[in-house]
Amino acid sequence: MLLVVLEHDRGAMDEAAREALTFGRGLAAQMGAPLHAALIGADDAELVSEAGAFGAEAVYTAVHEVLADFGPEAWGEAASEMVRQLNPAAVLAGGSERGNEVMAQIAARLDLPMVANCLEVNPNGGAGEWNITRQQWGGSLLEDACLVSERPLLTSGLHTLAAERAEAAVEPVTQAVEVDLDPSLARTVVKDRVVLEAGVTLSTAPVVIGGGRGVGSPEAFAPLEELAAMLGGRVGCSRAVTNNGWRPHSDQVGQTGTRITPEIYIASGISGAIQHWVGAKASKHILAINIDPEANMVVKADWAVIADLHEVIPAITEEIKRRRA
Amino acid sequence: MRILCCVKRVPAPGAKINVTDDGLAVDASHLGFATSPHEECGVEEAVQITERHGGEVTVLTLGPPEAADQLRYAASVGAHHGVLVATDGSAWDPQRTAVALTDAIRGLEAADGPFDLLVFGNESADSGGFQVGVRVAYALGRPIVNGIKGIEVDTEAGGGVVRARREIDGGFEVYELPMPAAVGVKEGINLPRYPTMRGRLASKKLEIAEQASDAEPGGQSLVRLHRPRETVTETVILGNSPEAAPAVVDVLEELGVV
Repeated sequence: MLLVVLEHDRGAMDEAAREALTFGRGLAAQMGAPLHAALIGADDAELVSEAGAFGAEAVYTAVHEVLADFGPEAWGEAASEMVRQLNPAAVLAGGSERGNEVMAQIAARLDLPMVANCLEVNPNGGAGEWNITRQQWGGSLLEDACLVSERPLLTSGLHTLAAERAEAAVEPVTQAVEVDLDPSLARTVVKDRVVLEAGVTLSTAPVVIGGGRGVGSPEAFAPLEELAAMLGGRVGCSRAVTNNGWRPHSDQVGQTGTRITPEIYIASGISGAIQHWVGAKASKHILAINIDPEANMVVKADWAVIADLHEVIPAITEEIKRRRA
Repeated sequence: MRILCCVKRVPAPGAKINVTDDGLAVDASHLGFATSPHEECGVEEAVQITERHGGEVTVLTLGPPEAADQLRYAASVGAHHGVLVATDGSAWDPQRTAVALTDAIRGLEAADGPFDLLVFGNESADSGGFQVGVRVAYALGRPIVNGIKGIEVDTEAGGGVVRARREIDGGFEVYELPMPAAVGVKEGINLPRYPTMRGRLASKKLEIAEQASDAEPGGQSLVRLHRPRETVTETVILGNSPEAAPAVVDVLEELGVV
């Protein structure tokens, strides 16, 4: 059995879990093993049925008072206990921040190797030597790796494949797994949450207006803000901008910032260094505004305007106002 | 406060990352090396905590002898001690790295007492295994949370508490870890300072404690690095002036985002 650990936040399934189930369906077929899923801290019928829609034939649930909210150590121990009891041939999670963290906790607890952010996994007929292609440098470089393990622990690269439901939905068998967790594991459970902004965020915005070094100053982001607000989107930026202190780091798109997935990313005054590109490349469409026709961002964009963003952005805003009037 | 920071020497990436002919490493001949960004912020955070609460920062790295440069850089921005676990420069897998770092930390704690806080980068910029900090913290019995972009140390609360913030969509989560604790931090937790002239001079005098490790390789081994296949995009140029705005809005309308 291939066991997929499903990421959810207090009962809301994360896209990374759907991606992992999609990835896992292909891998389970290669392994000649059934696809099963683990739900930690939830036994919600909707989550179970969604896992079934993605092809999970069985869903194991672990419910315990220290699992009422997310905690990496409690989740890691609960998942490890499931692995000890269920003996899966391999364990998979989505390569999100939490997914990688929980898998690392499992790896530490079971003293097994873990391979993060896989793109391709070949079980080689089950001889215990797996060939894996995985992401390094946030995906700007790939590593072919050999994994020798009796029980591979893997995560699938975030947003490297689109989540797709199975052709035929399954009604999964559910089974509760008893996990005996030490109350001290509560030491790393979420204590509190602070909401700074409601509504659309950088990672969920349908439109992102990006600004780079070419914007020139913190004040010069105002026209980008105006356009973003008009389109129900958000402003993002490159690392050069946050390093200059022009925008908060939470606006940064890239390897060490946010991976965005908008319908369109309008990248203005951004050269497109590799660390920025890996955070932007999951955008469905890209439009670059840059004075340099050779800029990496221009070359990789679907559309480009080769002109000064300080003139082009306000002109776009005006044109939208004109059409809406 | 006694704080330990683990850092990794990585190639400083440019527009493109090239691979050496044998496919086993990044060709850094034109790039130079730097401290992995999350960890550079980790050192800054540790230094700031000791500036507020007193204490000392020890920086630990595992890497080739040249990784001493990264320890000196950390000293130039305020770290007090540097420890190098020297390798032959080959890529160590995450399990082996974690065992070597755990042994080194045990040795340092046996000699000088326990660290109140271990600071790791959330993941290294290059190999990005997403696990070394968690493995080390688990082996040492310390609580750890990753993805941390804010730390407050409260030495008054029973035995000492680390309040850590983790960014989530539209806000943040708060964790309270009893000390001794560990955190995996991310870039953005602070804006690292640049070394001062005085810092640079002090870093030259840093005495680096060198250790060897007999940690055995783990289950994952590197076969080959390669660049992803690049999809060639036919970029449609919509114009060379603000006059292109109507064409841009046409595109936005077509995508249904206006």
